[in-house]
Amino acid sequence: MSENLIVPTMADMMAEGKQPEILFWVGSAGSFDDRAKKITRAFVKILNKANVNFAVLGTEESCTGDVAKRAGNEFLFQMQALMNIELLNAYEVKKIVTCDPHSFNCLKNEYPSLGGNYEVVHHTQFIQQLLKEGRINFNKETYKGSRITFHDPCYLGRANNEYQAPREILSQTNAAIVEMKRSKSAALCCGAGGAQMFKEPEKGNMEINVLRTQDALETTPNIIATGCPYCNTMMTDGVKFAHKENEVKVLDIAEIIANAQDL
Amino acid sequence: MSFLDNILFALLLAAGIGYFTINVKKLIRNIKLGQDVDRTDNPSARWKNMTMVALGQSKMVKRPIAGFLHIVVYVGFVIINIEVIEIIIDGLFGTHRVLSFMGGFYDFLIGSFEILALLVLVTVIIFWIRRNVTKIGRFASADLDGKPRNDANYILYFEVVLMTLFLLMNAADFHLQNLGIGHYNQAGSFPISQYIAPVFNGMSEGLVVIIERTAWWLHIAGILVFLNYLYFSKHLHILLAFPNTFYADLNPKGKLNNLQSVTNEVKLMMDPSADPFAAPANPDAVPAKFGASDVQDLNWVQLLNAYSCTECGRCTSSCPANQTGKKLSPRKIMMDTRDRLEEVGRNIDLNKGVFVDDGKSLLNDYITPEELWACTTCNACVEECPINISPLSIIIDMRRYLVMEQSAAPMELNNMMSNIENNGAPWPYNQMDRLNWINE
Repeated sequence: MSENLIVPTMADMMAEGKQPEILFWVGSAGSFDDRAKKITRAFVKILNKANVNFAVLGTEESCTGDVAKRAGNEFLFQMQALMNIELLNAYEVKKIVTCDPHSFNCLKNEYPSLGGNYEVVHHTQFIQQLLKEGRINFNKETYKGSRITFHDPCYLGRANNEYQAPREILSQTNAAIVEMKRSKSAALCCGAGGAQMFKEPEKGNMEINVLRTQDALETTPNIIATGCPYCNTMMTDGVKFAHKENEVKVLDIAEIIANAQDL
Repeated sequence: MSFLDNILFALLLAAGIGYFTINVKKLIRNIKLGQDVDRTDNPSARWKNMTMVALGQSKMVKRPIAGFLHIVVYVGFVIINIEVIEIIIDGLFGTHRVLSFMGGFYDFLIGSFEILALLVLVTVIIFWIRRNVTKIGRFASADLDGKPRNDANYILYFEVVLMTLFLLMNAADFHLQNLGIGHYNQAGSFPISQYIAPVFNGMSEGLVVIIERTAWWLHIAGILVFLNYLYFSKHLHILLAFPNTFYADLNPKGKLNNLQSVTNEVKLMMDPSADPFAAPANPDAVPAKFGASDVQDLNWVQLLNAYSCTECGRCTSSCPANQTGKKLSPRKIMMDTRDRLEEVGRNIDLNKGVFVDDGKSLLNDYITPEELWACTTCNACVEECPINISPLSIIIDMRRYLVMEQSAAPMELNNMMSNIENNGAPWPYNQMDRLNWINE
């Protein structure tokens, strides 16, 4: 599948003397994780469709350091942060969008006191804005008759109080939007945060993602929507654990919109 | 007329308030063992937080049943204690219901106190049943085994006794007022205790006076004992919820602080003109410790958090790690922090004002790395806390110590961190491949 995605880099843009409207921070998961790369591509499709003047850092991008910080390695976090800030400031970046709530939180809240001041938005907020401004459209019939439940990523929801943007996007799909018994500020974590994604869980009697997937499956959805590459992995694994992978899809909000575009 | 009663009362009052003051000073000293952190910014948001969250109980009602019951006891407690002002004046000057000159308003007050006292009694009994009979999960938890569970029940017993004494005292007073005995002038209205008063019918006046006086004395003595019990109890939250919500972190919950000591070092490392062999500006300065292994490494707000925690367990019941059987319990993090802080405080008391190393620390002796590594930093505990305590900030500070001072991260995390150092991603992929997704 090789649709022509138009993905300029900051370096290209600078060479041409141009300044993009917004930087798309792809993030490590979005760059390397096979599942998350699909989300990245879906989001770029939307950006291309809406003719957004954006760029990526490409091979100059490096980990935000978020996961190191949550693991307790403040040194490594600040090394990464200061390097990234130097680069972002050199490119005179003003606005950043990212599909990863962890990068979103880190860039938005933890970079400013180290000298990195940007307007940072999550891709669900950005897509909502594009829809509102009429810059993108999608086929409203695509999800008619299906049931979608949204799993709130901790770093979008509780961490930054954004519960509405993803829901407002979903509300335009004509699907039935069903809430889990624990949602919004009471949502249960998928189990990946705080560097858990990169380690074996501590000893317990069940996996967090299995428990959270139970919450989601109780709503008998066709689609579990997420807005985070790590949540996506955890929920996908949870659905497989419940042997429901043929009935229930786990999709990012960007994919839900991109798939419904007649591209 | 004998002034013995009044002198005795003054002594009791002085002892009760005096001992409490001594302990409050210790409490403040212990909290000040923490590191400095500035929480004076944005005072209007802080006042608002305190008004909404502590005074207005806005987060309590997120669990409606417990929230409603708590508000009954809270309102009852605050309002009934207005009566203590009168009791103190009566006690010191030998008057009877000195505020009764307010007439109808006084009747209204006493009547309200009585109704609230009955409501508190009923509610406290429901609380006791929730803890001891229906055993709601967060109260049945092993976190509370031993002293904490007893503490919770003692508080309930105290409240039952105080409310009963209050009503009994009023009932006897009402009975004596109706008989027109001595200085028992007609004052107050007694919508509840009037139904208790008939038990005194047929008793001698002298006996009823003794019952009235006994209930009165035990009631005020009970209040003073309860006041002094606070320092040793989770019940401190009735006072500390206010400063705790005032000084709580106002930032978005996802924001962790950036350690300034680390920034200084990293900037020095990244500065090409820095002289690596330069003598430190202040060679005698103790190098900053990264993260926290003991209570003195935490900041004073975290220590205030520990004293303010009333062990309700909403944090633990919402914790994803705890729900899936991991050892982590955010409530236990707070209880451990307080227990260790009190141990350090006792050590200071015994050693004439200085802490003598006791070979123990918050890390390992109280909180194990296994608990710390189970956290997903999801902020559910912080969101749930009815008085804005942050167990997460303590977990992160202790992880920082484990990783930066002891290099004691789990192996997989060390691999992840080496990957970030080597190739700028938590996985071992080459940074030059970051754009490969475009053509896949």
